[in-house]
Amino acid sequence: MLEEILKKYPQHEDSLIEILLEYQNKKTKRFITEEEIAQISNYLGVTESKVCSVVSFYTFFSTEPRGKHIIQICKDVPCYVNGSGNVLKTLEQLLNIRIGETTKDEKFTLEYTSCLGNCDGAPAMRIDGKTFTNLNPNKVKAIISEYRGVN
Amino acid sequence: MVNIKINNTDVTVEEGTTILDAAKTKNIKIPTLCYYPDLDIKSDCRICTVEIAGEKGLVTACSTPVREGMEIKTNSPRVLNARKTITELMLANHDANCTACEKNMNCELQTLANTLGIDENRFESVLEMQELDTANTSITRNPNRCIKCGRCVDVCKNVQGINVLESMNRSHEMVISPKYGKYLSDEDCTFCGQCSSVCPVASITEKDETDIVWNALDDDKKHVIVQVAPAVRVSLGEEMGQKPGSIVTEKMVAALKQLGFDRVFDTDFTADLTIIEEGNELIERIKTGGKLPMMTSCCPGWISLVEQKYPDLIDNISSCKSPQQMFGALAKTYYAKKQNIDPKDLFVVSIMPCTAKKYEAAREEMSVDGKNQDVDAVLTTRELGKMVRQMGINFDQLDKVEFDDPFGITSGAGAIFGATGGVMEAALRTVSEVVNEKPLEKLDFETVRGLEGIKEAEVDLGGQKVKVAVAHSLSKAKTLADQVKDGTSPYAFIEVMTCPGGCIGGGGQPYNTTNAVREERIRATYQVDSDMKIRKSHENPVINKLYDDYLKKPLSDLSHDLLHTHYRKRNA
Amino acid sequence: MEQKIVSKRFDAINPLSIDDYLESGGYKSLKEALKRDRINIIEEIEAARLRGRGGAAFPAHVKMMGIAKEEETTRYIICNADEGEPGNFKDRQLMEKDPHQFIEGMVITAFAIRATKGYIYIRGEYDKAYSILEWTLEEARKKGYLGKNILDSGFDFDIELRSGAGSYVCGEEFALIESIEGKPGRTRVKPPFPTQKGLFDKPTLINNVETFANIPHILEMGGDEFAKIGTESSTGTKLVSLSGNVNNPGVYEVPFGVPIKEVVEKLGGGSKDGRKIKMVQLGGACGPIIPEYMLDLTIDFDRFEDFDSKTGAGAIIVMDERFDVFDVLLRVAEFFEHESCGKCTPCREGNLQLVKLVEKFINRKATQKDLINIESLARVMHQTSLCGLGQTAPTAILSTLKYFRDDYLDLIEHPEL
Repeated sequence: MLEEILKKYPQHEDSLIEILLEYQNKKTKRFITEEEIAQISNYLGVTESKVCSVVSFYTFFSTEPRGKHIIQICKDVPCYVNGSGNVLKTLEQLLNIRIGETTKDEKFTLEYTSCLGNCDGAPAMRIDGKTFTNLNPNKVKAIISEYRGVN
Repeated sequence: MVNIKINNTDVTVEEGTTILDAAKTKNIKIPTLCYYPDLDIKSDCRICTVEIAGEKGLVTACSTPVREGMEIKTNSPRVLNARKTITELMLANHDANCTACEKNMNCELQTLANTLGIDENRFESVLEMQELDTANTSITRNPNRCIKCGRCVDVCKNVQGINVLESMNRSHEMVISPKYGKYLSDEDCTFCGQCSSVCPVASITEKDETDIVWNALDDDKKHVIVQVAPAVRVSLGEEMGQKPGSIVTEKMVAALKQLGFDRVFDTDFTADLTIIEEGNELIERIKTGGKLPMMTSCCPGWISLVEQKYPDLIDNISSCKSPQQMFGALAKTYYAKKQNIDPKDLFVVSIMPCTAKKYEAAREEMSVDGKNQDVDAVLTTRELGKMVRQMGINFDQLDKVEFDDPFGITSGAGAIFGATGGVMEAALRTVSEVVNEKPLEKLDFETVRGLEGIKEAEVDLGGQKVKVAVAHSLSKAKTLADQVKDGTSPYAFIEVMTCPGGCIGGGGQPYNTTNAVREERIRATYQVDSDMKIRKSHENPVINKLYDDYLKKPLSDLSHDLLHTHYRKRNA
Repeated sequence: MEQKIVSKRFDAINPLSIDDYLESGGYKSLKEALKRDRINIIEEIEAARLRGRGGAAFPAHVKMMGIAKEEETTRYIICNADEGEPGNFKDRQLMEKDPHQFIEGMVITAFAIRATKGYIYIRGEYDKAYSILEWTLEEARKKGYLGKNILDSGFDFDIELRSGAGSYVCGEEFALIESIEGKPGRTRVKPPFPTQKGLFDKPTLINNVETFANIPHILEMGGDEFAKIGTESSTGTKLVSLSGNVNNPGVYEVPFGVPIKEVVEKLGGGSKDGRKIKMVQLGGACGPIIPEYMLDLTIDFDRFEDFDSKTGAGAIIVMDERFDVFDVLLRVAEFFEHESCGKCTPCREGNLQLVKLVEKFINRKATQKDLINIESLARVMHQTSLCGLGQTAPTAILSTLKYFRDDYLDLIEHPEL
């Protein structure tokens, strides 16, 4: 799969972030391995160190396996003053993990994110490529149920 | 021209001059830390901030060009407080155990803290101790001392083109390390030590072998001999407080004697030997259609690069050992036999401008008896300086002493090995005379001298025009190696030195090596050569005697056994 | 109080329909601009005295003039759609509700400065806006507003969409450029500036989404007319992102010069559940926190400059009496500590130390010395950091040291609860 994605991009240094984004989003465990980093660096003609420095810099990328769904909960001020604490508590209880951890069935990883730019719908969270706003414990429960129901 | 005021003094400089350089013209030293001459301006330590009248913020002197009418204060209370604060921030994330640090009293951070008059740290320590990298024989990396100035990344990535060291992560988690936090020896590191040369603190240093050498010197049963590289005699003076380019050969020998070495020999001798072997190897390859271009093999950093990244070029490399290793091999056979010493009691030390030589001496191939290494310990120029100071020797007052026989008679060709282009020139002096069967009119091959990254020359060899090239720094070496790989190389013979300037710019040389310093050391190197009576390796009488007595002839079976080696593909 | 210029089409058109955009007057300015003298367009923007809407409030025409003077013919234009400043969501709405508008502005500007290629750098978290823009750019190309020989003018120009990957600092111009170049988002040494040596070392113009969105309107009404709106120092309107403890959070477009209080009460419906407003943060996490009694401050770039911060992005975050100053400061400090790129010492080390000092106050372990130290550190970071992130990170703390000093002193003097 990586090879097919690579072929779509010019063999130039500045394709790196787009390649990483596209590839990581397609992988179930949402992470990049050392071998894959070597393959990408080979294709682009840059050092592996360079690819590693990019992977380690941006929040989206991970070299450790994560859950199928990445739940990002905003912890900045507008969400904080609108009850993001309750949303986090609800999530931690529902999933039986603390922030930063992955569920045992590897379905969900719970992470903090910086402001999602949806403060008019605070508190907000983002799951994979979708942002959910105006959250409360009930809404959160409903959303997680849906993700759990989907195979 | 631009007119400004610095600390109320009028200064006139050319347009485009930075505040830092403008201040230097009036002998005003603005403190810096990440700044390093000849490297990219990083402006990330923020120590060199200065105040400009009428501007709210402070600016960094290293990166800000002067503007007409600027009034600059380099040490106002606001500036001093800013510098102190920044230094304290650095110290709060630094393993500041100065009295137990190898760069105690020779550390840029320590000097800065002292100059600024820091007497307390207002910030709590946030240092999280990490593991040291002591896994290789040449370089030690201590991440707990790193102040993230970025000089090592710049040198490794931009000057050497290797990029083993890189900035990983962001924010406070940012570290400078090989990928995945691996050891240098697991990566493409060639142990060139350029990183250790520019590190302002003791985060990257050479592996210390002074204790090993002290113990050997103290051991009555051991006959301890030392060989000294050509680059050391034009650089050791700087360790002793002299200006760059001071030639201190005889005092250096005297100091080594005082340290307790039984014999003090000159690596220039085996440099001459290398020329005979390698010159004949080149002639043979040209005559018999052997693998060309032939590339030099005396630089272990270059050999590492080839074995790891260009294994297809292994057959192009000369099979000759380096002068250091030829010396070790001869010492443990020829010398030991002549002196009636059991090789097991012989301890061979070399003083090198180089950190990779420590790795080279430890390579498994570098042992003629297969049990003990031919060179037992390698000290950098810096380590030698340390030992001289430990012994309390007053270097300047020493009487001049000559190298010992038999490995003390050398030629100017051997002496120039230390400069980029030196091996090439030394080889051409011999090869062209041997092939053309007539003496050279001019011994100096100026086109291969100097700091230009890649240099070329054309010589007449037996009626054939032959092109040769010289590269220094690994990024330039890679350019030539890529050409050879692609089959587009027009050269017959290529000299490669890993370090900018050649060995005189080596990773083990005195600190503060800049291009200006390199030029001085190079000038001194060619001075040593032109002052010598014998200037060609094949005219060295002791070399000729060595062949007559022992080796028989160049490339003989015995020569191959002792003086040649082989390489293999290595995965980092 | 509201004056809808760039938000006129919000919720009034189908953002995915280029026909809707055209019918409401879209791309008319571009058609006219392509017939004009290039310098003339820049002069119009100069007459409008348009200042950047991304936070730095730099006069737009100065950057454009600067780049127009460069000799290098390969030039880039970048729309900074990274909107990572907490509390801001106006660019998101511009992109989701009226995407052609700022693109038209980009094309006009590109024509004026002879840019050869454009990029939109949009933060990775704006998934919906990214999809809308992919669609929008394709629609614009189909109808000839992008691509080769735009509207038969001989001007070739196209825009590439690039996504961020979770890094606030990539909203800073050089960090953004580094990111497009496929590198970590660490800023560069200035000078040279982006208009001299930017993307791929070529002259580059970077502007915010809202800045570009204003361009078609400036050309339509004329720069002088535009300059009549707002105040002397800040012309035109501002999209204000109102959030926090208010009844009606959202994006409101007001002319500069309107007091914050009016926006909060009249447009925002006042504090939720009738609670008292305790404090308001202006601009974003990088902005000052002011007490309720200062809310008659007018929305104006120069007023914000009085706080030593370039906080013109326009966020207003309202916080009521339930919240403690230090809990808010901690979140702000943790935000910057997480987002710092790590390159320069004052920001990399300083932000962590600020977090530790704020924690000390929260845990009632702070002393008078800590008060002096936090203020001193904040000032040094503000004055010596390499880029805007480190320079503005301490703004919230510095403002509370001025306006909420008693809260600090109270914690020092009463270490036990």
